[in-house]
Amino acid sequence: MEPILQVNALTMDFGGLRALDRLDLEIGQREIVALIGPNGAGKTTFFNCLTGIYPPTEGEMLIRRPDRKTKKLNGLKPNHVTEAGLARTFQNIRLFQNMTVLENVMIGRHCRTSAGIIGAIAKNKATRQEENKIVEDSYAVLEKIGLAEFVNEFAKNLPYGAQRRLEIARAMATEPFLLLLDEPAAGMNPLETRELDELIVRIRDQEGITILLIEHDMKLVMSLSDRIYVVDYGKKIAQGTPQEIKNNPAVIKAYLGEDADA
Amino acid sequence: MFGFEEIKKSFLTSLWFMFLTFPIMVIRVNTVQNIVEWRWERMFMIGIGSFFLSFLWRYLLERKELGQKKADLGEVDSIPWNRRIAREPRFYIPALIAICVFVLVFPFTFSLYQTTIMITALIYVITGLGLNIVVGLAGLLDLGYVAFYAVGAYSYALLNYHFGLGFWTVLPIGAGMGLIFGILLGFPVLRLKGDYLAIVTLGFGEIIRLVLENWNDFSFGPSGIANIPRPGLFGIQMSLHQATIYLYFVMIFLVLVTIFVVRRLQDSRIGRAWIALREDEVACQAMGIDKTWTKLSAFAMGATWAGMAGVVFAAKTTFINPASFTLWESIIILCVVVLGGMGSVIGVIFGALTLILLPEYLRAFSEYRLLIFGAVLVVMMVFRPGGIVSPERRIYQFKGTAPDKPKAEASTPG
Amino acid sequence: MEYFFELLLSGLTRGSIYALIALGYTMVYGIIQLINFAHGEVYMIGAFTALIVASILTMLGWNEIAILFIASVVAVVYSMAYGYTLEKVAYKPLRHAPRLSALISAIGMSLFLQNYVLLAQTSDFMPFPSLIPDLEILEPIAHLITTPEIAIILTTAIVMVLLTFMIKFTRVGKAMRATSQDREMAMLVGVDVNRVISITFIVGSATAALGGVLIASHVGQINFYIGFIAGIKAFVAAVLGGIGSMPGAVLGSLVLGCAEAFFTGFVSSDYEDVFAFIILVVILIFRPAGILGRSDISKV
Ligand SMILES: Nc1ncnc2c1ncn2[C@@H]1O[C@H](COP(=O)(O)OP(=O)(O)OP(=O)(O)O)[C@@H](O)[C@H]1O
Ligand SMILES: [Mg+2]
Repeated sequence: MEPILQVNALTMDFGGLRALDRLDLEIGQREIVALIGPNGAGKTTFFNCLTGIYPPTEGEMLIRRPDRKTKKLNGLKPNHVTEAGLARTFQNIRLFQNMTVLENVMIGRHCRTSAGIIGAIAKNKATRQEENKIVEDSYAVLEKIGLAEFVNEFAKNLPYGAQRRLEIARAMATEPFLLLLDEPAAGMNPLETRELDELIVRIRDQEGITILLIEHDMKLVMSLSDRIYVVDYGKKIAQGTPQEIKNNPAVIKAYLGEDADA
Repeated sequence: MFGFEEIKKSFLTSLWFMFLTFPIMVIRVNTVQNIVEWRWERMFMIGIGSFFLSFLWRYLLERKELGQKKADLGEVDSIPWNRRIAREPRFYIPALIAICVFVLVFPFTFSLYQTTIMITALIYVITGLGLNIVVGLAGLLDLGYVAFYAVGAYSYALLNYHFGLGFWTVLPIGAGMGLIFGILLGFPVLRLKGDYLAIVTLGFGEIIRLVLENWNDFSFGPSGIANIPRPGLFGIQMSLHQATIYLYFVMIFLVLVTIFVVRRLQDSRIGRAWIALREDEVACQAMGIDKTWTKLSAFAMGATWAGMAGVVFAAKTTFINPASFTLWESIIILCVVVLGGMGSVIGVIFGALTLILLPEYLRAFSEYRLLIFGAVLVVMMVFRPGGIVSPERRIYQFKGTAPDKPKAEASTPG
Repeated sequence: MEYFFELLLSGLTRGSIYALIALGYTMVYGIIQLINFAHGEVYMIGAFTALIVASILTMLGWNEIAILFIASVVAVVYSMAYGYTLEKVAYKPLRHAPRLSALISAIGMSLFLQNYVLLAQTSDFMPFPSLIPDLEILEPIAHLITTPEIAIILTTAIVMVLLTFMIKFTRVGKAMRATSQDREMAMLVGVDVNRVISITFIVGSATAALGGVLIASHVGQINFYIGFIAGIKAFVAAVLGGIGSMPGAVLGSLVLGCAEAFFTGFVSSDYEDVFAFIILVVILIFRPAGILGRSDISKV
């Protein structure tokens, strides 16, 4: 399998705290991979390094897409990472609360459109067409994610589960090839979680988007993932299929041991 | 509301403020003649004033909290008055006509003096709208805004002095100089976090003013530059009165241009990015928006209007010196934006007219102008951070139900 | 060489005054991450209160030391009261509001207090009695450093030691440190955060007032505007040292004071304020964490 994302020996220090410790990770095309680990293991930090929000202390992050040149993510600004095709959601929801659902998704289209200041003032044909296209495309994304009914609501007025899905919609609007989901099911009820499960599979199957997700809901992780990485104290302690992970003693000790029924 | 507890609270507050203001308000020493003046009546006034104001203060705080709770529960708050008016053609069409008529006849019915004041207010409308892009839309607190205003004013004064360039030639040059300075100053500072940004822009503003004050060879120092010509009209000789009326209409024209451009910007892809940036910087970047460029564009766009307004200012007063461009000028413009409503064009116009015209007409208050401005900033932030007029940003609405043939339309209330 | 020492000592004096103000900025910033724009005004009000008290007592013919003592105490008490009220009125209601709102409110407060003093007192410079007597034993070095200058430097040193002690060893100090680390957490473990914030403002205002009295007596005149310039400079100093760090504030102040003294002494006094602002801009752009501050990566 040719990996589309390859991370080598990624290390991140905060002062004296080593949040990531020589972490290696690979993801193949159209895979659904889960990153799990106890609280404070460094999972979110991993996403933040990938997406250019934190500068990693050491290590290498590469994307290798078929038919394209290999690209190093180190040192890229967050917006360039997004342009390169990685999009993410946030664990603590970071929607634009005072904008509507549609507008939130329209922001996601920003990096795939180009109208500038002159265009904005002149409002020429190209700009108008682009604006209309942004609205249409954004609506199309909302339909795919199942949020069309909320299109004109303010993001802050959405129910919690819908806010999480809106985060996904917004990320999808940037046309990623790899979607990073940080605890997408957190705070969802079982029904919502099941819908999310279906949604994620659909995103992979229909859009061909590869998915890396952080999740604490073990049932969801086990049913969704093709492969799982387990980290603890910033170190990778196991990797493998859900079946292998379930029976891995190190994982049970570090993680599942705390939570018997997971 | 007026229970014993409440009265006691207010009473204690009033005692506290009487104590607090005692030395500064009551006593005044004259060290030359060795006299101490005791102004006891003031203590009395403070006592009464703070007693009643503390009721009002608590009442408003309570109301605000109540409103917040309602908003948290998702109860839809009533539509703001400006939007309600804007929605009903039978309200806003007559209002619009009335405003047009008033604007047209104003300089002919009112005195020269009042026209001059109105021009000043209109200059603040332009600078306010410019600053509104920076503070209101992009959420960047720029306390050195007046520097760009100074750049525009000095561009006109100096270009005219040295090369005899006229108003209409320099107007775009002034705007361009504002833009250039906006980019030059913005580039290094925009990486900073919010409050540092405020302080550094303040620093830049003061640097520019102090340089103007001290670099005599270039700017003629504190004595300034006089005899700056008013705008010309095909070389026609005009009396002072005529020239003022002409300038008034020039201003009206420029205000309209500003409103037009600002609204277009606000409702564009860039404008959306500005607002998103204000809402959440990290998320914004993660959505692929270039933070530096977006901030810089807001900063520079704001500076452009300041530069243009500066040219008009120089033409209006015909004399400029660095004293016109102090930090407090920046803060007054900020006040205009904050009072009216950050992010709202109508709000800014309203803010400028209120803050600039009221003190002129209520002569008794003009002394207290800055005191009141300070209080306005605090009170607005505490009770109504959105300003008096709530933002009438175009809210993208998706109209039409057929999913396969969506019809996009944006409603623009206000 | 003599000139060099003269400049150095006047720089240290200047820096000590900045330090007394900068401490307040840094403490408040450490606790609520807000630039208290009105801090300079508290200092100015302290100086005015001292002026009023001192003038009255001078007219009554009291002796200098007693006047100095009483004027300082009254000034400190009043500044504390102002600091406390300021926080309650302008910042506390905005604790959960966006940063921008609190900042605008702070600026409003600064403008308000300046004009309050301007209107209630005067816009002119007021002569301030020189309260610190020249000690005779210091006569031999008087050409280098005067008694008031020594008093200023000493006071700053003492205040610094006391504050360090308070932060390190007292209950309040611990609560302050806890609050500045993580306010939510501090609240959960039972720290009365509102009280801690109030105390921070009160303590910061007290040191600023001391600075106000000392500088006023040293320079010999004050007006309503002294708070603004001194406030900005002290802020520059706090940033220079690393905002949030108390030793940083003192170090930054001394460095700024000396840098300014040398700049005016050797280069030009016209651009003195420009120089301070340039330092500010350069520091913030190239090393926003300051000399002693750590550059944290903000958590996402
Ligand atoms: N900006 C930062 N500065 C300092 N320490 C940080 C920062 N970001 C994260 N950390 C620390 O790094 C460690 C890993 O944090 P991280 O948020 O990555 O954990 P996580 O695996 O996502 O946990 P959770 O499941 O609770 O979300 C924690 O100890 C955290 O306190
Ligand atoms: Mg996490």
